[in-house]
Amino acid sequence: MNVLFYVFLVAVALLLTTGIYCLIASHNFVRILLSIEILAKATTLLMIVVGYVSGHMAQAQAYVLTIIVIEVVLLVVATGLVLGIYRDTDVLDTRKLRNLKG
Amino acid sequence: MSLPVIIVLLVSLVACAILCIVCPNLIKAALWMAGMSAILALIMFLLGAPLAAAFELSVCAGLIPVIFISASSMTKITSREEQEEKRKERHRRFVYLPFLLITLGTVLLFVLWPHVSVLLPDTFLTPGSATAQQILWNRRQVDLVGQIVIILVGVYADIVFFKGVREK
Repeated sequence: MNVLFYVFLVAVALLLTTGIYCLIASHNFVRILLSIEILAKATTLLMIVVGYVSGHMAQAQAYVLTIIVIEVVLLVVATGLVLGIYRDTDVLDTRKLRNLKG
Repeated sequence: MSLPVIIVLLVSLVACAILCIVCPNLIKAALWMAGMSAILALIMFLLGAPLAAAFELSVCAGLIPVIFISASSMTKITSREEQEEKRKERHRRFVYLPFLLITLGTVLLFVLWPHVSVLLPDTFLTPGSATAQQILWNRRQVDLVGQIVIILVGVYADIVFFKGVREK
C-alpha cells in the first residue's frame, strides 16, 4: 500500500514544481494566478492523501473545504487587484510595473 | 482502488497542469484548469472524500474558470505580431519545464524510492468514526466563522475594486 502513497507524493511534487516554475517564469498577472491555483491544487491533493493514509479523512475534508474557500476568495480579490492595475497602467506584464522600484 | 487507475488519473492531472501554464490562450488555460479540478475531484471521490469532491467540482471546476475568463475578457486583444512575439518568448521560458519534471520524476521514482519505501507505513490506519459533517459543525466551528469572515472580506474588497473598474 505504501506504493500508492508514494505515487501520490510524486504527483504532488511534480505539481508543486510546475506551479513554482510558472510562478518564477511568468510575467503575466493572470498566468501567475493560474500558477497559484496549481499550487493550491497540489496542497489539496496532499491534504486528502494524508487524510486517507492516516485514517482521518473526515478531518481532512473539513480542512480541504477551508482551503477551497480561501483559494476562491484569494483568487477573486487578486483578480480585482489585477483589473485595478490594468485599469490604471494598461499593462498585465509584471516587468513593466516599475513605479515603486527603489 | 486499483493502482493503474490512480496512476492514469495522476498523469492526467500533471498533464493538465502543464498544458494550463504552457497554453498561449488564457481562456484555454482556464479550461485546462477546470479539467484539472475535475480530475482532482474524481481522485477525491475515489479516495473516499465525496464532500470535498463535490466542493472541488462545483467551486474549483465551475466558478474559478468563469472568474479567469471574465478577467481575460476585460483586457484588450493584442495584435497578431505581438501574440507571435509573446508565443516565442513563452516557448523560450518554458522549454526547461519538461526536462525538469522528467528529471524530478525519474529521481523520485527510481533513485529515492528504495530509500524512502522503508519509512512509509505498510498499512493504512483504521478510519476514525466521526463524519465530515460532525467535524465541520461540532469541532471546527471557528473554521466556519473564519470562512464566513473571509468571504465577507472578499466581497467587500471586490466591491471596492470593481466599482473603480465600472467608473472607468
